Amino acid sequence: MRRIRLGSAAVAACLALLLAACGGGNDALEGGTQPNEQSTVTVGSTNFSEQLILAQMYAAVLEKAGVKVDTRLNLGAREVVFPALEKGDIDLLPEYNGSVLSFLDPKATQTTSEEVNTALAPLLDAKSLVALDESPAEDKDGWAVTKETADKYGLAKLSDLKGKAGQLVVGGPPELKTRPAGLPGLKKVYGIEDFKEFKSLDAGGPLTTSALNKGDIDVGRVFTTQGAIAANNWVLLEEDKPLEPAQNIVPIGRKDAMTDQVKQALNAISAKITTEELTKLNKLVDVDKEDPEKVANDWLTQQGLL
Amino acid sequence: MTVINQVVTWLTDPAQWSGPDGIPVRTLQHLYYSLLATAIAAAIALPIGVFIGHTGRGALIAVNLTNLGRAIPTLGIIILVFTLAGFGIVPVLVALVALAVPPIVTNSYIGVRSVDRDVREAAEGMGMRGRQVLWQVELPVAMPLIMAGIRTSAVQVVATATLAAFVGLGGLGRYLIDGLSQRDLAQVVGGAILVAVLALLTELVLGRVQALVVSPGVAGRGADAAVRAKVEKAA
Amino acid sequence: MTDSAAPVLAAELIRWEWVGRHLDDIRDALVQHVELTGLALLFGLLLAFPLALSAVQWPRLYGPILGVTGVLFTIPSLALFILLIPFTGLQIQTALIGLTIYTLLILVRNIVEGLRGVDNDVREAAQAMGYTRARQLFQVELPLALPVIIAGVRIATVTTIGLVTVTALIGWGGLGQLFIEGFTLNFSTPIVVGIVLSALLAFTADLLLVGLQHRLTPWARSGGG
Repeated sequence: MRRIRLGSAAVAACLALLLAACGGGNDALEGGTQPNEQSTVTVGSTNFSEQLILAQMYAAVLEKAGVKVDTRLNLGAREVVFPALEKGDIDLLPEYNGSVLSFLDPKATQTTSEEVNTALAPLLDAKSLVALDESPAEDKDGWAVTKETADKYGLAKLSDLKGKAGQLVVGGPPELKTRPAGLPGLKKVYGIEDFKEFKSLDAGGPLTTSALNKGDIDVGRVFTTQGAIAANNWVLLEEDKPLEPAQNIVPIGRKDAMTDQVKQALNAISAKITTEELTKLNKLVDVDKEDPEKVANDWLTQQGLL
Repeated sequence: MTVINQVVTWLTDPAQWSGPDGIPVRTLQHLYYSLLATAIAAAIALPIGVFIGHTGRGALIAVNLTNLGRAIPTLGIIILVFTLAGFGIVPVLVALVALAVPPIVTNSYIGVRSVDRDVREAAEGMGMRGRQVLWQVELPVAMPLIMAGIRTSAVQVVATATLAAFVGLGGLGRYLIDGLSQRDLAQVVGGAILVAVLALLTELVLGRVQALVVSPGVAGRGADAAVRAKVEKAA
Repeated sequence: MTDSAAPVLAAELIRWEWVGRHLDDIRDALVQHVELTGLALLFGLLLAFPLALSAVQWPRLYGPILGVTGVLFTIPSLALFILLIPFTGLQIQTALIGLTIYTLLILVRNIVEGLRGVDNDVREAAQAMGYTRARQLFQVELPLALPVIIAGVRIATVTTIGLVTVTALIGWGGLGQLFIEGFTLNFSTPIVVGIVLSALLAFTADLLLVGLQHRLTPWARSGGG
């Protein structure tokens, strides 16, 4: 009969593995678990194509500037990713100033870029984070309907929704129901009454896209630079009264990782990105199914940044 | 400790128990997806499992199907079908049915197969033909195992139907996804507790059904020791 | 027709050129998947044995342990991972703790079942022969319980391989990252690759464990599937 002996050596080996893994540093497993060294910058991103493009851009120029870079992309929603930034699991995120503000202060109502930045700075500072230069490019939150719906109900701007919302189903991320720039904002600024139904989907993601196209929702929360808008011939309802906050693209990073070298490299990108450029890049990824990394590198080369 | 307080508050808040986002509506949605998926799975899996058990053909697949079935990532299936079919209930159903079929096939097969040879021969000796042996002897005797398979599947389906919320539908998973978005830990915990309770209730209720459905002759006699062992192992 | 699914259906299910360009990413995802699974199983086993042994030693613990593990198993894995985030962030601990807990649940039950399944006569014979408790455990009971224990390890392995994909929602995921990528880019290729590879991984692991079982227990015909 075969003898099975758990030698003390085997037990010791197991314990050693246990301690090693818990020690928080196993190189073979995807980086980001190492303690923050001054030199390696970990660039993170949430899971939208625009995020992937921007993060790849940051990584590329940082590498060119001689900084050691690690990327952890596609990490999940902001609720999961931003705390990782605060904790130090990642050092840098491409962000949108308005969204971060309402993430950190759900009651925020500022709308212009200056107001948003001013309100944001102390909130970031308190978490040892800093926002670098913003770019002129903005990816704002918007509301879209299909061409058919627009024609049927005569919708071209947001105030056209007044009086018709009761017949329409609206869809978007869960927080749309409570955020000032969401449904409450439509009511307050435009006087738009309650919609027929609210479907909790995602923030400008595949769920909202599919639901809008299939007619499961009539009005969807979208991001203004999404490739899907043009590709699906949606109508982006014009914001004729100020509601949505500014959403300039801005790199947000941990203070101790944002050295002058890093800041210089990233600010160079921010200066050159425009809303039109960003929309074009998104289309390449969303519609033409090109690689975010390739699209980012091509654009950087064109702009002479790489 | 405050998290526990928050959860209790969330669960006992009367607002939580009414309206389209309330617990009753979400629970009903959850049960709807689960019931539909399990029913479809049973409709597909029972004939297959019973056929293989009765004829003995394809036994290798049937026996290993449960283990193979576990290898299919449900999250992947739901995302794939969503990407192909778009928004709606189809992705959820396909994924949950795929999850539920294997245990029912395996258990039905084992159940029918393990009917005592003597019993089968006695039935044939009495003049019963194949189909009669199946319906009047094999199936009733196999009932405990078949029900165990359905029960296992149903509980797994209830626990996994939370994925419906991932593709924008309802059900108790909504509390997990929305709780994450709204950074409302109490909602996530509350939702998780509700799902666990629902799954346990499913286990209990189907256990009762099993007791009712199994023929008293099979149960009362003190089923074959081998069958009983297989019930315990397969469940 | 502006249905976004139509162009995807029109294209093939898999764009092989995407696969070719992303072999590195796919390989990294696979490696991460294997590592997460391996570590979860390792810790699961290490933790499950003491728990199982105590349940066998003190039979009154068995009922509660069975009950608690049964209940914990019905908690949606996604909830568990989300709940760990405030504590361990996006580090690997979050994924590992969750995965290990589920592995633990499966293994404890099977180890206990295996040990309890050992014939009392055999135990008494060992005692009569003067075996100490420890020797009895390691040289008699565990070897006899091995088929059932390995059956449990098989189930735990395959289940964990599936659960690892869920950790994609908290920054890990192994092959699950391919699912998320395909989801957000509305692109079926990475999803299909992810499904096929994780199914193959589970299948392979299962086969290897069956082989291991045959080697370790030449005296026992392997039990049910």
